[in-house]
Amino acid sequence: MSSQERPVTLEVNGDPVRVFVEARKTLADTLREDCGLTGTHLGCEQGVCGACTVLIDGDPVRSCLMFAVQAEGSEIRTIEGLESADGTLHPLQQSFWDHHGLQCGFCTPGFLMLAAGVLEKDPNADEETLREALSSNLCRCTGYQNILKSVLAAAEKLRS
Amino acid sequence: MLVGSAVPRTEDPPLIRGRGSFVADRATGAWAVRFVRSPVASGVIRSIEFPDGALVFTAADLEGLGDIRPMLHRGDYAPVAQPLLARDRVRFAGEPLAAVVARTAYEAEDLAEQVYVDIDVEDCVVDVVSAMADGAPKVHETDLGTNIAVDARVATPGVAEAFTSAAHVVEVQVGSDRQSAFPLETRGGLAEFDPRTGRVRLTTSTQAAHVVRTAICDVLGIPERDLQVIAPDVGGGFGQKYCLAREDAVVTWLARRLERRVAWIEDRLENFTSAFHSREHQYTLRAAFSADGIMQALDADIICNVGAYSCYPVTCAVEPLMAMAEMPGPYAVREYAARARAVLTNLCPIAPYRGVSRPVITLALERLMDTAARQLGVDPVELRLRNLIDDFPHTSPTGLVYDEASYREALRSAVEAVDLPSLRQRQAELRERGRFIGVGFSTFSERTGYGTSAFAARMMDVTLGYEDVELAMDPSGNVELRIGASPHGQGLATALGQIVADRLGIELAAVRVNHGDTDRDPFGWGSFASRGMVIAGGAASLAADMLAEQVSRVAAEMLEAVPEDIVLADGAATVAGTTVSVLISEVARTASHRRDLAGGVQGLAVRTTYDPAGTFSNACHVAVVEVDPDTGAVTIERFVVVEDAGLLVNPMIVDGQIHGGVCQGIANALYESLQYDDDGNLVTASLLDYLPPTIAELPHVEIHHLVTISDATLTGAKGVGEGGTIGAPAAVLNAISDALSPWGVDVNQMPATPSRIRSLIRGRHPERNNTR
Repeated sequence: MSSQERPVTLEVNGDPVRVFVEARKTLADTLREDCGLTGTHLGCEQGVCGACTVLIDGDPVRSCLMFAVQAEGSEIRTIEGLESADGTLHPLQQSFWDHHGLQCGFCTPGFLMLAAGVLEKDPNADEETLREALSSNLCRCTGYQNILKSVLAAAEKLRS
Repeated sequence: MLVGSAVPRTEDPPLIRGRGSFVADRATGAWAVRFVRSPVASGVIRSIEFPDGALVFTAADLEGLGDIRPMLHRGDYAPVAQPLLARDRVRFAGEPLAAVVARTAYEAEDLAEQVYVDIDVEDCVVDVVSAMADGAPKVHETDLGTNIAVDARVATPGVAEAFTSAAHVVEVQVGSDRQSAFPLETRGGLAEFDPRTGRVRLTTSTQAAHVVRTAICDVLGIPERDLQVIAPDVGGGFGQKYCLAREDAVVTWLARRLERRVAWIEDRLENFTSAFHSREHQYTLRAAFSADGIMQALDADIICNVGAYSCYPVTCAVEPLMAMAEMPGPYAVREYAARARAVLTNLCPIAPYRGVSRPVITLALERLMDTAARQLGVDPVELRLRNLIDDFPHTSPTGLVYDEASYREALRSAVEAVDLPSLRQRQAELRERGRFIGVGFSTFSERTGYGTSAFAARMMDVTLGYEDVELAMDPSGNVELRIGASPHGQGLATALGQIVADRLGIELAAVRVNHGDTDRDPFGWGSFASRGMVIAGGAASLAADMLAEQVSRVAAEMLEAVPEDIVLADGAATVAGTTVSVLISEVARTASHRRDLAGGVQGLAVRTTYDPAGTFSNACHVAVVEVDPDTGAVTIERFVVVEDAGLLVNPMIVDGQIHGGVCQGIANALYESLQYDDDGNLVTASLLDYLPPTIAELPHVEIHHLVTISDATLTGAKGVGEGGTIGAPAAVLNAISDALSPWGVDVNQMPATPSRIRSLIRGRHPERNNTR
């Protein structure tokens, strides 16, 4: 630990994690480099594209816009924690697979965590609400049509 | 049969679990490379100063290395050289001047800020008009002595006569602003030196690993065996990652020089300022029509702003020359003349982006058709039907041979799908109430899957074209298909797997497709130009048939039958008409472990190639829009695609390609524009200024398929990757122009932003100028 590094304690995907990072290090870089969780992607580092979306205490957050030290004590969920402990895919993951909700897959973790966060708070979110929420993130491959289809199908499954 | 069914993609499981492996994911722990980039568009480098002992490298350190100098062997092309780092002078804002290496990306950025660059700023040229003017500052000293990198002409003998005798002459000027392909993953390269062998492994976000290897080895002066290039998961490319990134050559050199593991991960600002742009085209079309509305001749003047350098391997001439060669698109006109120019400026270099020139070609031809329809007093659909190709094979004025397609049927189906008569009625009713909807058609051809013969005609130093594949069955009965194509989101591994599995009678899960590794995969040209399914697919089908024959011969020996009677299906080799069978896994084991019983078959492995002349997909897009004349805002009510891509190997994947393509076409039509100021500074270098659409801006895309099977493609599949991007802009701009026809406004420049639309309306209606 260099003099500029400070300890940060997080709960990541249910596990307690203690890392030593500079105050200027973003949460996204900390997750990727210090926690080895490279499923959280960086598409712009300008807070616009949403590829780095993770859940912090249940809320979808752009992890490129937040310093790790600001997340002290938070519960963080990343794409790696979306599936069940036994490896069963979350209904959103399964639905993206079934409905061709991804092509290159770079934006996919961000969309999955965004949708997971929205549906956990509001399981009855209608199509208009979901479209509005999904407009937070950018995808360059799919034209979004199958992303919406995937999320709607997963929402229905989660409700039943 | 797997071919023809919408099977879920084999690519997806790691990607949805967060286990994708993109270059930045592999680069953690590597030394970070940061490029110091020119803050000005043009100038002479006086000095570059940096802290003592810092790992900073400039052009002086690279002395003796080659430049990137893509070549076209034609007298009207002026080759230009691109050094790996700017040497003596800078030619665009964003050009790399120095490479900084530090322990982490944060430290590398700190260090880069301490590098002081002294540049004598000189006058720059940012637009084609000033770049072509007498006395304009020269971007390069070239053989042609101007800023024109290519100036090509073509003409059939009867053009002048056709214009003289024409009943009507119609002219349109159209253009597209500069656009970024904007892959969501930026570029990046990880170069790892292996002290044991002296080799470097470059993992880079590319569409064409073998092309990158050759290019870098050429400039570094090393044999190709000393460099392994890997394309890992690639987060979109759309053309921006096809041409060589000079930065990749620098990181490879750095790994050798420092004998370390070094990585450059581009940030979004760099991607905007320094990764290839595209699409800055202006075309003037003139067409001669007979009294009955048949186009007798077409004349095209094509000017492309190609920026400061030429992209390897396709060169900066690719866009204007493609526009010249591929007009008149789907129309049967016989007399054709064109002039195509690539103009060098002090802007970021261009490279092909999904569709290459065809989004603008199609915009030009389809705006021409609508303009001509109005001028001639003919319905725009009817005018198209009179002129679309309907006799196959058709040879275009530039010598392209069109295989069978469905141009007229696609248009007719599209008219039916949108119920044009009732749309026209609703349009009239809404106009009475001061609302303006419009409908726009876009019919086009998409030339795909062309091989060596087509590329040889371009006279590039590097003649792209064929695809090699290798296919081998292991002793468990699983197969690995190794391809030179380099898919990065298109789902090609799944689709090729469907073809191979069907022909070998095995499950899709028994097929693994390996790509993007120069050590392991056969030489190939990567993924671009909608060619994967046609060319790699053709090669894969040939290889699968060859391997099936070997498997059948071994099975015949085991079953005491003749190979011709062996049927491969459901994981077994069966003697036709009997229940006598053996599992393919047992055949595979015998072929490897009991060669004495294998009927003389020397292993289950084949290698083959496919190199077709090319095929043409076609489609008709229809946009229905509403335009608010007060705000200039455009809402797309409906978007219909009638596509003919031949046989659909995986319809789900094909529709996905169309959805994404249309999205990028709509982005071109309405939203995305890279803008420079007069000093050559990019003023749209963030996502607050450059606007890729979100889900909120995009319509539901309704797709109808036609299936024309032509003999120009082995699998029956025609390419489909670019069509959405090609057709959508013209449909949208035609629809906007149709909506605004009561205002006398034609929208011919993309993107049709609200401010552009407002200013066009005010240009015709000065009373709407609000001078308060």
